[in-house]
Amino acid sequence: MNQGEKEEYLRDYAVLKSQGKPFFPYAVAKDAAMAAVVMVVIISLSLVLGAELGPKANPTTTTYTPRPEWYFFFLFELLRVIKPPSFTGLAMIGIPTVCLILLILLPFYDRGPERRPERRPIATLTGIFVIAAMAYLTYQGANAGSPTSIDLKTPPAVMQQGPAVVAQFNAGRQVAAQSGCLACHKIGDNGNDGPGPPLKDIGTRLPAQAIARTLTNPTSPMPPFQECGTQGPGQSAVSCLPPQKFNALVYFLSHLKSK
Amino acid sequence: MRLPKLPAPPLPAALRPKPPRPGTANGPVGRIDAAREAGTTAVDWVDERTSLSGGMRWLMFRKVPKGTNWFYTLGSATMFAFLSQAVTGVFLAMYYDPSPTHAYESARYITNEAFLGAFVRGMHKWGSSMMLILIFLHMGRTFFFGAYKYPRELNWVIGVVLLVLTLMMALTGYLLPFDQRSYWASVVAVNINGSGPLVGPYLADFLRAGPDFTATTLSRFYAIHMLLIPGAIAALIGAHLYLVAKLGTTAPPWLKAEPESDLRTTEA
Repeated sequence: MNQGEKEEYLRDYAVLKSQGKPFFPYAVAKDAAMAAVVMVVIISLSLVLGAELGPKANPTTTTYTPRPEWYFFFLFELLRVIKPPSFTGLAMIGIPTVCLILLILLPFYDRGPERRPERRPIATLTGIFVIAAMAYLTYQGANAGSPTSIDLKTPPAVMQQGPAVVAQFNAGRQVAAQSGCLACHKIGDNGNDGPGPPLKDIGTRLPAQAIARTLTNPTSPMPPFQECGTQGPGQSAVSCLPPQKFNALVYFLSHLKSK
Repeated sequence: MRLPKLPAPPLPAALRPKPPRPGTANGPVGRIDAAREAGTTAVDWVDERTSLSGGMRWLMFRKVPKGTNWFYTLGSATMFAFLSQAVTGVFLAMYYDPSPTHAYESARYITNEAFLGAFVRGMHKWGSSMMLILIFLHMGRTFFFGAYKYPRELNWVIGVVLLVLTLMMALTGYLLPFDQRSYWASVVAVNINGSGPLVGPYLADFLRAGPDFTATTLSRFYAIHMLLIPGAIAALIGAHLYLVAKLGTTAPPWLKAEPESDLRTTEA
């Protein structure tokens, strides 16, 4: 807006304002009615849906799948859909940060004098697109299953050994996904890089028995995974896996090999 | 028949009845009148010392442009949701204990035993969703009506900061019940924060009070949720409202000011 347009706006606005009604009581009455609606909605939501309290926080569990509050679903889904490692940093921080900077600086790059939405097609369409994208991501995030699924192709070496072995590999993959390994380990394009080492080729670096030993007696801060019933006298059964699941997990990890 | 009036006894001046003061010809002020005027008197007393009435008149009797519709109530509705959060939050704080050993127990006490505890906690939980929905709707209205343009750019910036602060409230408040869901969601959220560029790791360390999620983290989240952000939000709402009152609320964008000649005739 140049100086002329600014002055024209201020002039027009002064006229419209002088033709308006005083804030009190007219606008105050509307605001009060709206506030009453908000109050009624909050009270009804509280009475109908309430606030549940889950089991007590247990930092040693490793099988808990974290879920954010619904208004963070879109962000959560954004992180989930972008898996390639070169984009993960971009998705996690880049996209939200850039969006926020664009949002905060909006009045400084959109300086045209036009205010009617139908005469600002770029702004209006962008706004609609952003709302639609956020709604879509929120919907996807709400309906997402376990956010810790491992998206990985079954290696050919395992494929050749027949369906029973493939089934065990897949079972192990599921146990790994549900046990929260991805919180600290990277497997292929899945999970967080660190503090644990990437497990993509753990099968080449460690034999199956060493993997099992590491799982039961890991280096801190990794929590121990035990076969149920095998823990020693001083150990508590914080996170024990049934032997079948434990073996599947070891099998899965020991077959993650570099080509 | 009236008796002739006797001359006044020659009393000393100090004992003679005082002549009526000017302005009290209708007799002494009755108690009802005094009570009726008490409010005015009190307001006058305050106003004489603060000169607030001018500001109040400026705030309350400013004109709102014609064409203002229900969309313009979303901002005040957001503020109302914030006030509701503040009030319910105060009541929750009366029972809540931000130590890792007692947090869950106190949340359980609020939910299951305290009088109306589940209701107040439900209001606080759903109030946060409501506040975020309203803040997004308010922002949508501002965006599509082009209300962020000259001269209201600064108010848009304050509004976006308020949005971010509200999201941070949601994030820090989520941990406080200290159940599995809130604990693990917070661990993940802080880790995501930590992967940010430049300030990310420092921010995550600040939030966690160290490199790991420990006992101190909860009280830190509690202090941020209870003191730091609400104070900032209240102050920024004040600035936001001041600018709204100063610059005026926008008229709907499709309204055009009528030609000045019409204005002149209507005023005459």
